[in-house]
Amino acid sequence: MRGNPDAHELVAPGSLPAVLAMLAASPGEWTPIAGGTELMVAHAAGKLEARKLVSLWGLPGLRFIETSPESIVIGAGTTFRDLRADSTIAAEFSLLARAASWIGSVANQSRATLGGNLVNGSPAADSSPALLVYDAELELISVRGRRRIAYAKFHTGYKRNVLAADELLFAVHLPRRFALHQQYLRKVGTRRAMAISKVALAATASMEVGVVSEIRLAAASLAPFPARLHQTEAALLGHALNPETINTARHTLLAEAQPIDDIRSTAEYRRRVAVNLLDELLLQLQPERRSQ
Amino acid sequence: MTTHATNRIVGSSVPRKEGVDKLLGRARYVDDIDLEGMWHGATVRSTIPRGLIRSIGFDRSINWSEFAAVTAADIPGSNHIQLIAADQPCLADGMVNHCDEAILLIAHPDKHRLREAVNAVHIEYEPLPPVFTIEESERQNVIVWGADNLLKNFLLEKGDVDSVWSGAAHIVEGEYRTGAQEHLYIENNGVIAEYTAESGVTVWGSLQCPFYVHKSLLAVFDLPEDKVRVIQTETGGAFGGKEDYPSTLAAHAALLSMKSGHPVKMVYDRMEDLAATTKRHPSRVRHRTALDHEGRLLAMDIDLATDGGAYSTLSSTVLSRATLHSPGPYVCPNVRVRSCAWATNTVPYGAFRGFGAPQAVFAIERHMDEIAAAIGLDPIELRRRNFLHDGDTTATEQVMREPVILDQLLDRALAESDYHARRARFAHENASSPIKRGMGIAAFYHGSGFTGSGERYLNSLAGVDVTPDGKVRVLVSSTEFGQGTNTILTQIAAEATGLGHEDVIMAPADTGIVPNSGPTVASRTAMVVGRLIERAGLQLVSLLREHAGLGAHYSRADFFAACDRYRAVQGAVVSLCRYEAPPGVFWDDQKYRGEAYPAYAWSIHVAQVAVDTVTYSAEVEEFWAVQEAGRVLNPVLAGGQVEGGIAQGIGYALYEKVLLQNGHMANNQMTNYIMPTAEDVPPIHVYFEEVPFSHGGYGAKGIGELPHDGPAPAILNAIRDATGVRCNTIPLLPEDLFHKLAAGQTVEEATAV
Ligand SMILES: Cc1cc2nc3c(=O)[nH]c(=O)nc-3n(C[C@H](O)[C@H](O)[C@H](O)COP(=O)(O)OP(=O)(O)OC[C@H]3O[C@@H](n4cnc5c(N)ncnc54)[C@H](O)[C@@H]3O)c2cc1C
Repeated sequence: MRGNPDAHELVAPGSLPAVLAMLAASPGEWTPIAGGTELMVAHAAGKLEARKLVSLWGLPGLRFIETSPESIVIGAGTTFRDLRADSTIAAEFSLLARAASWIGSVANQSRATLGGNLVNGSPAADSSPALLVYDAELELISVRGRRRIAYAKFHTGYKRNVLAADELLFAVHLPRRFALHQQYLRKVGTRRAMAISKVALAATASMEVGVVSEIRLAAASLAPFPARLHQTEAALLGHALNPETINTARHTLLAEAQPIDDIRSTAEYRRRVAVNLLDELLLQLQPERRSQ
Repeated sequence: MTTHATNRIVGSSVPRKEGVDKLLGRARYVDDIDLEGMWHGATVRSTIPRGLIRSIGFDRSINWSEFAAVTAADIPGSNHIQLIAADQPCLADGMVNHCDEAILLIAHPDKHRLREAVNAVHIEYEPLPPVFTIEESERQNVIVWGADNLLKNFLLEKGDVDSVWSGAAHIVEGEYRTGAQEHLYIENNGVIAEYTAESGVTVWGSLQCPFYVHKSLLAVFDLPEDKVRVIQTETGGAFGGKEDYPSTLAAHAALLSMKSGHPVKMVYDRMEDLAATTKRHPSRVRHRTALDHEGRLLAMDIDLATDGGAYSTLSSTVLSRATLHSPGPYVCPNVRVRSCAWATNTVPYGAFRGFGAPQAVFAIERHMDEIAAAIGLDPIELRRRNFLHDGDTTATEQVMREPVILDQLLDRALAESDYHARRARFAHENASSPIKRGMGIAAFYHGSGFTGSGERYLNSLAGVDVTPDGKVRVLVSSTEFGQGTNTILTQIAAEATGLGHEDVIMAPADTGIVPNSGPTVASRTAMVVGRLIERAGLQLVSLLREHAGLGAHYSRADFFAACDRYRAVQGAVVSLCRYEAPPGVFWDDQKYRGEAYPAYAWSIHVAQVAVDTVTYSAEVEEFWAVQEAGRVLNPVLAGGQVEGGIAQGIGYALYEKVLLQNGHMANNQMTNYIMPTAEDVPPIHVYFEEVPFSHGGYGAKGIGELPHDGPAPAILNAIRDATGVRCNTIPLLPEDLFHKLAAGQTVEEATAV
């Protein structure tokens, strides 16, 4: 443990309004800590700069999964273990359930929260590609009120996002209209478990008589932050899935992907494997819309 | 009860001696121990790979009067760690030769205050040009060690290699490389040291070789033998990584204790342990091999080089073992091995399970498959035609006097793995699948015990005594670090004395109590030390018969009653034995010839591997290991050694890469140094054939290192079988396989399937 615990202050006000009031009283002074599976790793390495921490762990107002006919709303404090146990998520948002199962280990999933994963904003975060292809919306909260934005607009740069200094991520909204979509997610990690993604690709798609009528693609580790692959989507949307389309899509993806060389892999490898994943996805797409 | 009732305890899977304590959390590791008034120590390390130290500055932001600080100038004796040569300083003095070299030590009562203080020591350097690779070092443009960068070299010669080339039917050449590997014991290096003027230095620590630490402390503190005491605490894994490093760490903590006047604990965190402690030697091996028309070996010319790092430490003996394992388990009339260990400006490479053999075995066993491909012979058949048999001589002219059953091991491995049928099935399925499967094999031996004359020089002493409260104690400096020393040695003592396993305990691994039975390394404990305990146990029974009236048949109560009578007269019941080389074992250090090892353990590995052409990752799907390691003393522990060695070998082959940036390990965290998890390790099938070795403890040879030698070549051979691609370098990560399989191709060409 390289961090010095005495150098930090940790408070746990115990309710969401109390936390929000603290953040509002001195914006930027307090850093929220939920499961701590990001922040405590930084602390152990002696790299946790935040001196004042306010705990979100166990706040009932943040840990919930609410299902209505139109949507499912997941509180930011929901753990990945909670997510894996939810039957609606398993049935209709299976990519998210699978992503949840890939986060570290079971011990990890019992602490790690969805909110922490998104706010931390790693380009390799496991839950992000799934949320992007499900058109997730985020609900942000502060004493000033609530606002909703598309998740695709949340990240603005490497580990940067639109949250204001007095704001928390409150919940993730998922529209319940993907049950019949064809879905794909594959993570290529450094090993089978306890692995950070080197590249991942997620998709939701619909096909009408061999033509791509709807498609959303999102990737991990191909850009400085989790993002949709709009250009590659455009190369496929409205096109018949023939060799020419597939080839155009591959080349579009090669150009659109902006991976880097880092300690875990190389840009060249990531780019090529992303294309292979796209191939695998396109090979799996059934020419007709699924019916119940 | 009679002492001849063999098979009673030896050969059965009695539970681990210390297992329950570990399970219940009662086992005390060094970080569980706190001494009265204890302080904590930390290390200021070099940030450059090579250079002169110009100045050491202390930032005013810290109140240094609260701290103790130690530099080389505080060392009362010699500033050198005592290994084979004494070239490695305990603390850098005026110059650094690798990143993360210890320069200054500090201690404080509160461990949380140390990090800030470490960061507040400012060292100015005058950098010197570093050397990072074998190639740079052998070029000798920059000399970083001695007169020529050469830490050690050997020449092994049998017959006349150069007379063969012109008449050979085939000549096959290849170059093979292996990377560094980290031990990743669960418990990092750690010690507590206490210095007092009256009693000298006492050290408690996580370590393999108490007497190695003892020897270095004597020199660093210039103290007589009885003023240094080293006690091993429960040790959470070692794998060779606690063979030499604890000598340095113990000296550091003891120096801080002397300076501060308090006991001092130093326990590394994972980042420091990864960055600053030893790893497996990287290697480059070149083979040039001549064969006749039938595929029989005529000549093997082997050029072997290792990267030893900044100081010589154990590089010479690692190189020796690599040299002696480089020709593989084959008969060849003409062999030449030229081997060199080169200095570079990295943390010194050290002991790691296999100790040079995994590097050498990787090269020869990968090369055998390349030979097979080049001359159009099946790789199994090529091996079979060249295997060593009883009566054959090795490259060092050692005659194989014990049975060699390689053919039998091979037959069993092929049958258990269903090798031929699987290979045929994969050849068929691969054509239409994005997953390409293959089977690979490796055949190898591992020499048990110290190399050459090593055991004679060690001259180990070990034995048993009997305590007044009725326990037989095993007296050895051989340590338990998860591999089973406690259990097998107590089994042997129980067997020899005719007692139950519960009647025998281990004496504490404390240099103040136990004799020097040598270091716990080189797969020597079961064979060499086990034999000493067997003899000492039998000798004890004879002593009791002769001097204390123990009958031919005796009960447990008779035995301890005899011990009491013996003690009343002699004062103590002790039986010690000294090493005796098996007859006819002789090694010529000058000619590098003779009995390289008293005995060999033999093994065949078979790997089934799947290569995914979407992700370029190779995964081991199933693994078979057949071995002959003499008598199996404890089947569960022996099987565990094999499975663990294979898991570590899989990491060595496919996952674990030490990334050096300017000589510093850049991926010194477990998230980025990728070891296989339980999910990545396949089902492993383990089979033993037993040929008892008459000079090993109840017939045992060494088993600990053997299983690490074979996985890497078996796996890469399987990848060649699966894809047709020749990969001669490990670790082989997906990024590397990508380069082999797809780089340079367009996306259309490289499309999966
Ligand atoms: C061993 C291990 C393995 C891991 N494996 C994976 C993996 O496979 N895949 C993966 O994606 N991640 C992995 N992680 C990373 C981590 O577990 C996840 O990112 C997790 O979701 C973080 O959630 P947390 O609640 O623990 O975050 P914390 O550490 O508590 O916080 C992370 C960040 O989010 C902020 N934050 C948290 N909640 C809110 C909120 N409601 N509003 C505003 N800001 C907030 C915090 O201020 C902080 O900046 C791993 C971590 C460890 C230690």
